[in-house]
Amino acid sequence: MAVNKFETPELREYPIIPKLKEGAMAHSKPFPAKEGHQEPLGFPGELVEDWHDVAIKKMGDLQSKYKGLQVYLDSCVKCGACTDKCHYYVGTTDPKNMPVARQDLYRKVYRRYFTFAGKYFPKLVGATDLTKEVLDDWYSYFHQCSQCRRCSVYCPYGIDTAEISMAAREVMDTIGVGQKYCNEIISKVHKIGNNLGLPGPALLDTLEGLEEDVEEETGVAVKFPLDVKGADVLLITPSADFFAEPHVDGLIGYAKVFHEAGISWTLSTHASEAANFGMFIGSYENMRKLAMRIREAALELGVKRIVFGECGHAWRVAYSFLNTLAGPWDFLDQNYPIPQHICEVTHGLIQDNKLSFDKSKNDDMVLTYHDSCNVARASRMGDKAGGQFIIPREVIKAACNNFHDMSSDTIKEGTFCCGGGGGLLTDDLMELRVKGALPRMEALGRVIEDHGVTHMAAICAICKSQFAKVFPYYGFSMDQIVSVHQLVSNAIILTGQIDENEDNEDIKHPQQDIDEAA
Amino acid sequence: MEISTLSFLIAALFYIAFFIFSYGLVSKILQYAKTPAPLKIPTMPAPTTQAGVVFRMSREVVLFESLFKSSKATWLFGWLFHFGLFLDMLRHLRYFIDPIWFWVVIIQPFGKYGSILMFVGLVGLLIRRIVVDRVRYISSPSDHLMLVLILCITSTGIAMSFYLGADVISVKSFFTGLITFDIHNIPADPVLISHLIMVASLMIIFPYSKLLHAPGLFFSPSRYQVDNSRDKRHIAKWAKKFEEN
Repeated sequence: MAVNKFETPELREYPIIPKLKEGAMAHSKPFPAKEGHQEPLGFPGELVEDWHDVAIKKMGDLQSKYKGLQVYLDSCVKCGACTDKCHYYVGTTDPKNMPVARQDLYRKVYRRYFTFAGKYFPKLVGATDLTKEVLDDWYSYFHQCSQCRRCSVYCPYGIDTAEISMAAREVMDTIGVGQKYCNEIISKVHKIGNNLGLPGPALLDTLEGLEEDVEEETGVAVKFPLDVKGADVLLITPSADFFAEPHVDGLIGYAKVFHEAGISWTLSTHASEAANFGMFIGSYENMRKLAMRIREAALELGVKRIVFGECGHAWRVAYSFLNTLAGPWDFLDQNYPIPQHICEVTHGLIQDNKLSFDKSKNDDMVLTYHDSCNVARASRMGDKAGGQFIIPREVIKAACNNFHDMSSDTIKEGTFCCGGGGGLLTDDLMELRVKGALPRMEALGRVIEDHGVTHMAAICAICKSQFAKVFPYYGFSMDQIVSVHQLVSNAIILTGQIDENEDNEDIKHPQQDIDEAA
Repeated sequence: MEISTLSFLIAALFYIAFFIFSYGLVSKILQYAKTPAPLKIPTMPAPTTQAGVVFRMSREVVLFESLFKSSKATWLFGWLFHFGLFLDMLRHLRYFIDPIWFWVVIIQPFGKYGSILMFVGLVGLLIRRIVVDRVRYISSPSDHLMLVLILCITSTGIAMSFYLGADVISVKSFFTGLITFDIHNIPADPVLISHLIMVASLMIIFPYSKLLHAPGLFFSPSRYQVDNSRDKRHIAKWAKKFEEN
């Protein structure tokens, strides 16, 4: 579905800040949501007649509900510190992809209708009316923000463009201008329980298949339980983990860890999705409804703990918002963090010497690690600030002999988004996704050259799907992206495992159209 | 002694400016304080304790930590300007208090050279705004004018303290008089008068412009929030309503 022909940017040896090219990405727009995608979410099916007034009213409403939005709209001094920090700006050179310029698309309307200066001196302060052209710009450029928060790290006031793009998307949804990809997926979760619209029987079938595969390979009956009442752990994982490569290898890793540690666990058909696209569209209500499925499943199955699989924005919603949206969690075992990340579980077991590894099983790879934006800048692992950087790396190092980090300004809190986050992982935004991946591709290219890195590990379903898709554009191969728990799965020694010295056959799964499964 | 019309006008201007500044700023601060933050959105890694947040915020306020991470040139000019402004404002306290506090006496020479820091910082920021294509793109006329206004205030101040001199005794009696609603004469010195008019204008503009970044920083959820969402449930009043049905 080639929407636009475009050129893949070249990897530059010394990345310098590119010069502006106005309008370079003005043509980039995701497919609009149709009535059927809008209405289940509580939004009008098409542009409402008095859209202008409805939009302004909604803006006022959001400003009174979100302190961040109100403060961020007022506080920007246009210092320019953020201008070169967005991967979409670096990759596209479109000035409206500079974080401050993106915010200004919203801010100039805010100023016009809500501030003294903008009401009486619009030209002086760059305030404009909300016109159809402005709305078109919103639709285009607020769908060129992956809400990765990199700009908020570098802003002297912590202004987070993600908050503004979420608000803009909510305003647009309210007047009937939704994005198909996000809204169609959210309606599927409301209806069926996961992004794929994968019903219970199909899920069961898939999991049984995985059990057979793992037993065939290892000789150990590792279970993939579904809807088991009374299990200790409810695992909430992105639905991509059931199908897509390399996601599913991660799921196998979680199962092996639970098995080896003797932890009873289960998946749930009712909450068979960690992803929460309600965040991407800035809708508290939708986000809450999706999160409540997890609470309902936990209560119904009577579990004691909730553990999340590898998914970046899901971990943000889980770590930062779940207590707010679906708490209090007083019915769960308070001795464990609520919720817990699978990396925290595995890391804890490694620390307690409950798992053993044959690291040489991963000797065919030299790893690097991509910090997923939502894990890095919007959540934590462990009990110390920055645990989200340390714990996944320690898990990788426990399972692998060869590891090299990418350059320091592209990892940890300064990590670059994969280019497909924030509800943009859709084929109709392929040009944006490829160009937005540029900074990460450059950093990866350098460690490949300097340290012979062969694979990049990640703990986010969107990152994995995105990289599998864009790697070929930059001359890498799609299987160079791996799951962290895939590495765990390769190296973990299960009690009673048969060790074949023959070629280590990887379990193969059909390549699915995985984008929706993120 | 007869009070000149000019003195009445400047006095009136400062009363109005002070009123607008205080009223505008207090209402904005109240608005920020009252608006709920429904979700925990600190930019991570974030402090896990309140004391940690105080430390993080202090680093932002005093050192401009985040700006340092992003752009060394903007940081340097921005910090020079703000630090100079800080010294200079302390120095100006001598026009409002009597007797002058000991430490205000001590910092007088530092405050005097603070104006040079301000000048250098402002010129740097203005050049950057004009020369760097990205910053030029995001600038409105008001962004340039704001710098020019403050630059003019700084320059007239420098002119008076280093070259022209000013009748500081009268200036002091004028401002201490304003505090007690007893208006004294202000010298009809054009440099001084323009300095004062511009300062009053800045006070009036303050609560209706991007100068709100000063209180804004303290209400920025990405900086002031504690990272403790798993341990402590955080819920806004308006969001609580969803739980009732």
